[in-house]
Formats: sequence, structure tokens, C-alpha cells
Amino acid sequence: MSNREKILSAVRANQPELTALPEIGSLKSLADKANLLTQFTTVATNIGAKVFEVKSLAEVKTIIQNKFGAEKRVVSTIAELSDIADTKEYLGDLPVELADVELAILQSDLAVAENGAVWITEEQMGQRVLPFITQHLAVLVNTKNIVATMHDAYSSISITTQGFGAFVAGPSKTADIEQSLVIGAHGPRSMSLFLFNED
Amino acid sequence: MSTTSTKDHAELAGQFNADEKRVDWHDETLWWIRQKRDKAVNQLPEWELLRETASKIKEHGLSNLSNYLEEFEANAQANGITVHWAADAKEHNEIVHGIIKKHGVNRMVKSKSMLTEECHLNEYLTENGIEVVDSDLGERIVQLAKEPPSHIVLPCIHKKKEEIGDLFHEHLGTPAGVSDPQVLTETARQHLREVFLTRKIALTGVNFAVAETGEFVVCTNEGNADMGAHLSEVHIASMGIEKIIPKREHLGVFLRLLTRSATGQPITTYSSHYKKPRPGQEMHIVIVDNGRSVQLGRKDFRNSLKCIRCGACMNTCPVYRRSGGHSYHNAVSGPIGSILAPNLDMEKYADLPFASTLCGSCSNVCPVKIDIHDQLYKWRQVIVKAGYTTKAKTAGMKMMQWTLSSPGIYHAAGKAGRMVMKYAPFAVNNALNPWYKQRDMPKPPVESFDDWYKKNRGNK
Repeated sequence: MSNREKILSAVRANQPELTALPEIGSLKSLADKANLLTQFTTVATNIGAKVFEVKSLAEVKTIIQNKFGAEKRVVSTIAELSDIADTKEYLGDLPVELADVELAILQSDLAVAENGAVWITEEQMGQRVLPFITQHLAVLVNTKNIVATMHDAYSSISITTQGFGAFVAGPSKTADIEQSLVIGAHGPRSMSLFLFNED
Repeated sequence: MSTTSTKDHAELAGQFNADEKRVDWHDETLWWIRQKRDKAVNQLPEWELLRETASKIKEHGLSNLSNYLEEFEANAQANGITVHWAADAKEHNEIVHGIIKKHGVNRMVKSKSMLTEECHLNEYLTENGIEVVDSDLGERIVQLAKEPPSHIVLPCIHKKKEEIGDLFHEHLGTPAGVSDPQVLTETARQHLREVFLTRKIALTGVNFAVAETGEFVVCTNEGNADMGAHLSEVHIASMGIEKIIPKREHLGVFLRLLTRSATGQPITTYSSHYKKPRPGQEMHIVIVDNGRSVQLGRKDFRNSLKCIRCGACMNTCPVYRRSGGHSYHNAVSGPIGSILAPNLDMEKYADLPFASTLCGSCSNVCPVKIDIHDQLYKWRQVIVKAGYTTKAKTAGMKMMQWTLSSPGIYHAAGKAGRMVMKYAPFAVNNALNPWYKQRDMPKPPVESFDDWYKKNRGNK
């Protein structure tokens, strides 16, 4: 008998009588749907992200240029930012060749008010390693895409989506040494969220 | 393997208690994390409904586990992932080693996986000439110190920053005497970045595996699992059979509970959903039983398989906070470890269910409502019946039984105890009495309740 069969038959023999799967619909309706923008901004700020409310892409560019020097490597999956970032070349790089990226500017179509996280798909990353290996991360979010809770978030993520996706909530961090919070563990040292409102 | 040759919880806790200041720090720090958990939890009016729902989803998942495992396997394979099955720790280690050998490399980077701790994978690979670097900061620290993690979420919570500074000075070249967490973390970042960029094989744990989609979710704050996995050519993910959840929408329930319970954060920085390998990458999942199917058959203890490894039961436990994770001499320590370990080896871990006050705080904070303290109590019955308690405990219990079974002896013993503590306190306040360790004995009452009752109410 193969390992697989051995394990499955042991599980089959020992698992208890079938119980019902609970409904989770009632959890969705309980969520606080008021002031999603304020809630998202407050929570994201609390977990270490910097939130900018912007009116246009030009405003985003100005903030980025003031914040980050022009000499460092900046990449983006947003075609309209091709004048301040590499939006094509880096796609042909090996993942390790992204080690010197200073700033990655990505887009997210789903943000969660209760925990300040944004959902970033593989396509929005360009390369899977990008949101993790970059020294700094910036994400553009349309405020109409802010949902209340994780239940709402999963309702709007297609089940057949790509090979990889991640909720990203703030910059990377650790408190492993005496519970002292240090921002910038292995991933980005900062996370900027640019919130815009567009129908 | 017998209890006499292994140091038990009380003895190891005694060692930890030698440094009273450190115990106080440990106790207060973990309690502070417990308070952060409370603060996060109190912001959600639906918390109890969430816990109940999570518990029921896990209950259902366990009741249909064989089907969900098959569904998960089929979907993962359709996604291009190779699925392996390991009946025990040895098979798990051999499978991982086999994949590494096939690729002709001799080093690997690993993110946090309590399962690989349980299987002693690092030791096995090292013996076979494979270098393993743990990439979670806390795990890297204990690896450099040649120690196991003492907490499933906070692996080096037992260490002071000065000790970590000494380790980094010795192994990573920081100047002597540097102990600033900011500086030490930056040093680890540079050191591990080099590791991430040069390892072809990365191993991660699995927080949740979704039967419906064949994907698995890995949660970290540091980003180390993702750095390792996305830079590697081969990604191996190790998971116990109990990590399966039926549907993707259930992730919403568990991700809301996990980090709030663990550290009081609303969610981990990264909740990464791995579904397919990157083009050109190889992805493997090793599904491990290692005693879990046996635990599934133990009616009183199967609920322990609902655990999502948040560590809340440790942070709240008055015994864990004052005895340290290493006193549990098992990969998973604390209350949950004490109900999981006896399933693996009842004799070796016979002491653990007794390392509890049965106060029930663990069960109250558990996000999936495991009846932890009830199970600790039930394991005691099983262990005593199986004859695995120490001679001293058995003799003590017999003496108690004799004393409590006769009112005459009970009253005489009570009187004798009060006399001794009043007139000859040195007879109990000494090293021979385990109750005196790290404690002062209480002042004896002037009279027993029985004497008081006779005097004041006896003639009414």
C-alpha cells in the first residue's frame, strides 16, 4: 500500500461522523460598512503605512520624486508611470536581478478597511518577488475598492485567479528581539498608499 | 526514553526559574502580548461568532478530512504542484532530502515551519551534508544559539537582546557589545538577503491549505517566506494533514482570527496565496501525518487538530509564562503542545499534561475553541491509567487517597500540618519541599474551618 493510501485509509477509519459546514453569510452582514475610507486610513497608518490622498497621477509622481531620489532604480506595473519608472525592462529580469530595486509602484483593486491590507495579484506585481524584494513599496488604490472585512474581500476575489496573490498590510516588520518593533525586516522598509477616487 | 532519564517539565522549569529577573521579564512580556490580543479582539463585536464559526469549520473539515485531502491533492496537481505523502517524520525528511539531492545542491533556506521542528528536519539534513538556514529572525537567532524555538510565534522570546548581540558578534561580525534591536535586525537583514539571493531551494510551512482551489497560504510579518520562495528554483511546502480548510471563503474567517489572537495585529503583513509555481519553477507539497490520524481517532483529543498555531494559549498561560517554552521539551510548547505531545509519545511527554493549573485561560482565548484545559485533565487520567507517572507522584497520590478517604486521618493530618508550619516552619520551608521552590509558604490558619464551626455554630 502506498503512503498516500496508508494515510488516507487511516484518516478515513478515524475521522468522526460528518458534521455540517457552518454558513458564514451572517458574518458578512455584521461588518461596519460606514466610513470605510477613514477606517482603512486609520488602520493602515497604525500598522506603519503612509497614506496619501491624491487627485491625480501627476500628484503621485511629484510625491514620489520628492521622496525618492532620481538616481535609484524605480519599477512599476503601471504603464502611465513610464516617465518616472521602468515599466517594461525589469519584466525580463531574473528574480535575483531585482535585488537593487529601490521602489516598486504597483496597483491594487481591493483594499480591506478592517486591517489596512491591499490585495495584489501576480499580474499587478509584474514579478512575484517584486513587492517583497524592493526596499520601498508604493501602491495605488481607488477608494471605491475599499471593502469592510476579509469576508467581503474574498467575495470579490475570483476563485480562478492567477498562480499567486497576496494581502500586503504595511511595511515588513519584526519584533523578535525583546518584542521591540523594527520596521524593515526582509521586505520593504516603507509602504506608501496612494488613495484616489475615480468612478 | 523513560521518564527517569529525560528531564521533566518541573526540573527544566526549575532551571529557567534560577534567574528570577528573567522570569519576571518573560512573564510580563507575554502578558503584554496577551493584553494586545484583548485590545484587538474587543474591537470586533462578532468575535465570539467568529470563533464559533472557525471551530465548526474545522470540526466539519476533520469529519470529512479524507475527502478534502483528496480534493486538495487533485486541485494542487492540476495547478502544476507535485504532491508527496509522508506517514511519519522520517518519511518527510527523506522526501525533502530526495528533492534536494535530485537538484544536486547542498544548501537550502527555510522559513518558519513548526512541522519541520517536529520532524527534526534540520538535524537530519545537516547529518546528510545539507546546510539549512532558518530565515525568520527569531528562528535564525535560536539556530545560531543551537537551541530549539521556545515559542511557536516568538521563537526567541526567552533571550535577552544582550545575548543576541553576543551571538551576532560571534557569527555575523557585529561589534562586541552591540544590542540595539534596530542594528541587530538590520545586520540580519543584510546577512539573510545574501542567503535568499543564493539558495536554489526554499522550504516554507503552510498556514492553511484550501481543498477547493489546491492553493496554500503562508503568513509572515517579515516577508521571509516570500523572499525565499520567489527567489528559488524549487519551492517545497511542508504541511500536516490538519491544515486543510474546505473553501477559499473560509480564509476570511481564519485570517481575521489568527493574528489578532497571536500578537494583536489585525492581520500579518503578508498573507501569501500560492497556487501555481512560477513559470520555470518547481513546487512541491509534502503532506505529513506523523500521528495526526491517530489523534483524529481519539475522541477526547481530536479537537487539538483544530489548532491554527497562534500561540495565544502560551501567552496567557500562568505556567508557560513562568517556566519558559524549553521546559516543555517538545517542538510545540505550552498548553496546546501539552495535549499534542502525549499523542506522539505518551511516556516521554507524560509530565506535560501536569504542567498546568487547569485554570482554563487557554481555552478562553483559543480562536478555534479547543477545550485545552479539559483535554489536559483527560490526558492525566489516560497517563496515570497507562502507568506513565513518576514513582514520587504515584506515591503522593496514594498518600492523598489514604488521607482523604478517612475523616479521622484527614483531621489529624490537617492539625499536624498547621502545627508544623507554626512551630517548625523550617520543616517545610526548605529545598526538599517542591512547593517551597520560588515561593514562600503561606501562613497557616489559626484553626481549621471544622474547629471554627464547632466553636461558633456547633451548639446551634
